[in-house]
Formats: sequence, C-alpha cells, structure tokens
Amino acid sequence: MSSKPQRIEIVLETLLDSIALAEEVGVRLAAAAGFGEDDQYKIGLAVHEGVMNAFQYGNEQQREKKIRVIFELTHEKMVIRVTDQGTGFRLDDVPDPCKDENMLGDSGRGVLLMRAFMDEFDVLVGQGGGAEVIMAKRYRTQTDSQAM
Amino acid sequence: MPLKSTSREINGVTVIDLDGRITLGDGSALLRDLIHENVGNGHKKLLLNLAGVNYLDSTGLGELVSGYRFVKSQGGELKLLNLSKKVSDLLQITKLYAVFDIHNDEAQAVASF
Repeated sequence: MSSKPQRIEIVLETLLDSIALAEEVGVRLAAAAGFGEDDQYKIGLAVHEGVMNAFQYGNEQQREKKIRVIFELTHEKMVIRVTDQGTGFRLDDVPDPCKDENMLGDSGRGVLLMRAFMDEFDVLVGQGGGAEVIMAKRYRTQTDSQAM
Repeated sequence: MPLKSTSREINGVTVIDLDGRITLGDGSALLRDLIHENVGNGHKKLLLNLAGVNYLDSTGLGELVSGYRFVKSQGGELKLLNLSKKVSDLLQITKLYAVFDIHNDEAQAVASF
C-alpha cells in the first residue's frame, strides 16, 4: 500500500451490467489493497448489493440516471460510496428481514448483507437528494489474523 | 457464470441441479421459471441441489424464499441440498436456515419428502 490515500471514482449507467462491473472493480481494488480472498468476496458482494440497490430502488432502472461509485483506500480502511439519483431512503424504514413477520418477505436482505460483510455501514442523503450508501472495510492487522 | 440447470426424478421427487450464480437478472429469473414450470406440471416435491452455486445475492435469496412460499401455497414442498460454505453463511446471516429444510445427503433428502 502506498502511504498516500488513493481514490477511484466511476460513474455508471443504470444498467444490469453495471452491477457486475462495479463488483469487479471492488474485488480488484480489494485484492490490490491486500485483502484476503474471503474479504475480497465480502467487499465484492457489498458493492454488488449497494449498486443493485441504486439500480433497482434508487434509480428505478431508468438508464439515463447515473450511479456514482467512489472507492477510497485510506491508511486504515477501504471506503466505498454508492450514490444514486433517486429520492433517498432512511435505514429506519427498511424492514428487518430477520424478524419473524418479515422472514418470508422480499425486502431488507441487501442492507443486512452489507452491514454483515463490512465494518462500517450507513446511508445518507447524497448531494443530489438520492441515497448515498457509505461502507468501509478495515485492513486486518496481524493481531486480527491471529485471533481468527 | 450464468445459471444452468438440469432436472432428475427420484422416487417422485424432482431434483434440480443448479450450477452458477443466482443474482438479479438471468439467474433469479431462471430459478423462478423452473419452480413455476415444475409446479405447473404437477411436480410439487422439489429439491434444489445448490452444490454448483457459490454466489447468491439478496435477489437470489429472495427468489429462494419466493419459490418456497409459492410451492407451499400449491400444496408442495421445496427443500435445499448441498449448500456451499458461502451460501450456507448467507442463509445463517439472514436467518433463512430456520425457514428451509436443508440436507447434505441426497438420498436422505429425497426420503424426507
């Protein structure tokens, strides 16, 4: 890792293929940053879920709307921001899919997976009013690895 | 890798072998079509063999749940066989392990219907 933070920004059309493309970039950057295979998979799936959320719910599959994905490698962690051009959403409004009454429902699992696979996760209102999903994965220290 | 499937009949149970990713788009749509087609043809004891599936997203998980609900509503049963570690972890995280009847042995799975 270079000591200087690195930042990559990609702007995607609202297309199904954009999900896999962003995921691939995320996995490659995670590998370059020194994350192991398991963490690369988790980061890739979190990016997949974030962009899929933007594709499906934020931009409602309207191709002309953009999905902005920013990857930032800081000294401590990899930070990922996914912003759409929708109307935003509040995390409190997302049903908990693990509750008995929601277990057989269709919503909330994407947020649950992003939370589970990343060390930090939040949803804010982006500059344009859409949702901005922010998540981060910290680099593992030697102590972390020994504890596993 | 796009999802591929083959089906077999064992003692009245339809075993559907799946290979590839089950994600938004082709994979989840194929799974939905397979389940609906089988139930429509009177095959209501479905065993999904996920040995070849090592990637599921939340849409894929939702499709499994949706299929489970549909088969049950038609008086049938949908069970899962041979989960990879990644898929198993996803079912643990989402607590879907408690919903599905999950097996590691095909003969025992078929006998459980």
